[in-house]
Amino acid sequence: MRDFWQAFAKNRLAVVGGLIVLSLVLLAVLAPVLAPSDPNRPNLRNMLGEPSRGHPLGTDQLGRDVFSRMLYGARVSLAVGFVSVGIATAIGIVLGSLAGYNGGVVDATIMRLVDLLLVFPRFFLLLAVLAFLRPSIWTIMAVIGLTGWMGVTRLVRAEFLALKEREFVLWSQAVGATGFRVVWRHILPNAMAPVLVAMTLGIPAAILTESGLSFLGLGVQPPFATWGNILNEGKDAIEIAWWLSFYPGLAILITVLSYNLLGEGIRDALDPRLRQSRRRLAASRG
Amino acid sequence: MLWYALRRLVLTLPLLIGITFISFGVIHLAPGEPVDLQAGDLNAQSSAQARQLLREMYGLDQPLAVQYGNWLGRLARLDFGRSFAPDARPVLQKIGERLPVTLMLNIVELLIIVALAVPIGMVSATRQYSAFDKITTVFVFVGFATPDFWLALLLMILFGTELGWLPISGLRSLNWEYMSFWRQQWDFVGHLILPILVATFGGLAGFSRYMRQSMLEVIRQDYIQSARAKGLSERVVIGKHALRNAMLPLVTILGLSLPGLIGGSVIVESIFAIPGMGQLMVQAVFERDYPVIMGNLVIVAVLTLVANLLADIAYGLVDPRIRMSGRGGRR
Repeated sequence: MRDFWQAFAKNRLAVVGGLIVLSLVLLAVLAPVLAPSDPNRPNLRNMLGEPSRGHPLGTDQLGRDVFSRMLYGARVSLAVGFVSVGIATAIGIVLGSLAGYNGGVVDATIMRLVDLLLVFPRFFLLLAVLAFLRPSIWTIMAVIGLTGWMGVTRLVRAEFLALKEREFVLWSQAVGATGFRVVWRHILPNAMAPVLVAMTLGIPAAILTESGLSFLGLGVQPPFATWGNILNEGKDAIEIAWWLSFYPGLAILITVLSYNLLGEGIRDALDPRLRQSRRRLAASRG
Repeated sequence: MLWYALRRLVLTLPLLIGITFISFGVIHLAPGEPVDLQAGDLNAQSSAQARQLLREMYGLDQPLAVQYGNWLGRLARLDFGRSFAPDARPVLQKIGERLPVTLMLNIVELLIIVALAVPIGMVSATRQYSAFDKITTVFVFVGFATPDFWLALLLMILFGTELGWLPISGLRSLNWEYMSFWRQQWDFVGHLILPILVATFGGLAGFSRYMRQSMLEVIRQDYIQSARAKGLSERVVIGKHALRNAMLPLVTILGLSLPGLIGGSVIVESIFAIPGMGQLMVQAVFERDYPVIMGNLVIVAVLTLVANLLADIAYGLVDPRIRMSGRGGRR
């Protein structure tokens, strides 16, 4: 663990990414306190107002404060990111453990299902499912989570295949531990590192997906502000109010970038093989 | 080789059946009664109607097995039913006019991505930690994080509105019919530049990253050392021995990332008003035109499956080890 922190702290970009992620979480949580005005209160006297002191990021078609809307939008992104990745990870861990631990028919069935779902272009599948459901933040979270567990399943299965032949697993099986106990107490904890990385990298992907859906008008519905639907409303006024399109996109970019840097940093710090080769490389260069 | 290709083909068939299963399952997602489900919708009336039509068309009151059998039978005859839109045209016809557009866009994108990603990845790997490598790494991270719809909007502001250089909507100008042949071609290309730029941006980042990774692994191998020891020039070592081996995994990744690329056409086509399958899909979802949605879903998945199969076969062609191991497995 100390090794991990040392390696992680050396990676300056990852630390910066982590700090930005932390501050985004804070901004989202404190949105009601920080927002200068009510995100949903229209002000017909100040429609499409340029960025000014009262409205640092301008106002939209209904005169609502874009900065406040974006703060509330951060909550949606965060919630969608965490919940949908939570759903995907939970499914992935269960199915991946089942496949990896049992092997045989169970494994073959689950992995064929994974292959099958990967054949569907994600956006088409999401849209087809959403066409039958009423769009709300809950359906969006559920649908993104339910269509995004295949990667984690593969990952967990691969870890299980490698771990189940190790001595400590064989030993616990030999002394008569139940399958569930072996999986839960001995294999899973050792398989969590790559899952953690996959989760960190899955959150920005989910945020991008949600904002894409909301941008199309098929995601979280107005009046709830999300970065995607602010952009959607902004695109109609693109020639006169650039701030409506510019800032939400920038927020998405920074958020996704920070999560990715953080995720890659965690991965590099967890992977001793990579760390070693990097050290060797540094030594040979120095 | 023929055996290998056939083997892949046979392995594809269960997936084909699986596609019909999943799509059939999607139809049955709708929980509860249509009217109360859509109560909050502005078009509650029309969606109640759509649902009634849906019930009739798929015979939703019959037992599941019968429904599935009927549906599969119609699929086999390529009968996707008729659109719920007022024109009520056959779904297959609607999709048929849009399929070539989406296919063309995706093929052009793929060619551009590969043509650029291979040299970029190669150079950043052979000059690891050089200025070029650092710049491309930054590009990769930014490319991964940039929402494509945002990039599209920014480019539309810049090239369409501010500079007025490029058209930002559709595939043809309004006065297309009155243009000379060559002007027509140029007009068409002009309409494609921004959409293709947007669509390649993210993919390029991913692919150059993979290429770099793959190249880094290859140039540490022993056979590269021996090629050098043999006295071959660095050009031949990298450009021939290393490049060939580094490109192999790219074929697989190409196949794996196809669904993502094709899925990306939903957003690009919607923004640039390009009459492809992605735009059709979005329109159909807004209009709750279920036959079109289901037809689109099945056809897109089958297309991806075929593309994957082609990628697999291509992999077998370029890498003898793969088809040999396939043969070994059969024994």
